[in-house]
Amino acid sequence: MIRVILPHHLRKLANVGAEVTLDVRDPVTLRSVLNALEANYPMLRGTIRDHVTQQRRPFLRFYANEQDFSHEPPDAPLPEAVASGSEPFLIIGAIAGG
Amino acid sequence: MSGIRVLVGTRKGAFVLTSDGKRKKWKVSGPHFAGWEIYHMKGSPVDPSRIYTSQTSGWFGQIIQRSNDGGETWEQPGTKPGEPTTTPDGMPMGESNKFVYDTSPESGKPLTTHQWYDGTQHPWEFKRVWHLEPSLTDPDTVYAGVEDAALFRTTDGGQTWQELSALRGHGSGPEWSPGAGGMCLHTIIVDPSNHGRMFVAISAAGTFRTDDGCKTWKPINRGLHSLYIPDPTAEVGHCVHHIAMHPSRPSVLYMQKHWDVMRSDDAGESWHEISGNLPSDFGFVIDVHAHEPDTIYVVPIKSDSEHFPPDGKLRVYRSRTGGNEWEALKKGLPQRDCYVNVLRDAMSVDSLDSCGIYFGTTGGQVYCSADAGDSWSPIVKDLPAVLSVEVQTLP
Repeated sequence: MIRVILPHHLRKLANVGAEVTLDVRDPVTLRSVLNALEANYPMLRGTIRDHVTQQRRPFLRFYANEQDFSHEPPDAPLPEAVASGSEPFLIIGAIAGG
Repeated sequence: MSGIRVLVGTRKGAFVLTSDGKRKKWKVSGPHFAGWEIYHMKGSPVDPSRIYTSQTSGWFGQIIQRSNDGGETWEQPGTKPGEPTTTPDGMPMGESNKFVYDTSPESGKPLTTHQWYDGTQHPWEFKRVWHLEPSLTDPDTVYAGVEDAALFRTTDGGQTWQELSALRGHGSGPEWSPGAGGMCLHTIIVDPSNHGRMFVAISAAGTFRTDDGCKTWKPINRGLHSLYIPDPTAEVGHCVHHIAMHPSRPSVLYMQKHWDVMRSDDAGESWHEISGNLPSDFGFVIDVHAHEPDTIYVVPIKSDSEHFPPDGKLRVYRSRTGGNEWEALKKGLPQRDCYVNVLRDAMSVDSLDSCGIYFGTTGGQVYCSADAGDSWSPIVKDLPAVLSVEVQTLP
């Protein structure tokens, strides 16, 4: 099972806790994880990726295994630690400070 | 006894204020959707328990919320938790926030660009819903005015939205350009006596009218004079802030423009200025008394760029003559050190015998006058900045 950690506002929209688990078939990629997330929680469609272009929304980031996957191609494999569920896949809302 | 429900959209959530017909004691519910910008909330005239809300975020984009019980509970149309994620015929659900511009060949003129700040052409990019206008006859039909300026419609209670692209396909589309607040379609008025007729206003393009149910549109800006555009009397390019109409007299329109308060007596074919003795003809809101079509309200604001009331005194101005002659209404409003703004969708009226007037400020106050503006009192004083105010008069 893939573990996904959502930012606060998306937890509220989906009415879930901080972490959700998803059944994702191989290969485990950004695209397959987000597809599974949106299939399970359709109210999140359009909030992480643009409905049409499927591009990541600009102020969101994808982290896993202490790496930034935000700019990786959507079909690049995610680390084995994410695929095995030992590490979560994090969807992070960018912090605007200053 | 009649009741009042005030729907307040703020920078950080939605609030629902309720009272009986006396409008003295108020119950405050909220924040709903805490932390999100609520650009607009509006109830269906057919079914007042049905309320639509535009919830937006720079991070997470657009969400449409719907309540079927007067704001007690909310749902994203078509995406109830735990329900199937596809329709019986296999179509994915979760599309209540999907606003996609029409680029189909069938639309005739699939526009892909408009004028950008630097004069170049720029692709249309959906950003948010500014205004939701429920149908006068069907609770499942709602019009949405969006940024970048376009008109959408749902006929299934907000589950899916389709662009009415003839507006954006109007020949002037490539000349439309964003105002300081973005290029937004912020006002939608449906003519109650002629369901084929609708008025919309866009910043900074102007006002448009359809007479055939959104199949074709025409700009209706003759008589507007805007010194901040190269041709002050151009057909499009005017920064219209808001327009208002009394339902009993739908050919008379009132407009608060970037500067100038205007009036049309021929459904927008021509406009004339009615700013008269206002201390500033700049402002955002304009509204009409529920029972007196010639009684109108504005909140003069100082500009350029200050965008607060003249002299730090918050005053609503009322004209009982359809414009030109204005009186300041200040009883109960702060008359010193007040530097708030009142944004374009943040004034509304109820339809009780003694017409109530309501407006919200960027300082988080929502004021109510139960006597048509003669005196005011705050319902709430410390909300987040108010973006919109709509009032429902309940049986």
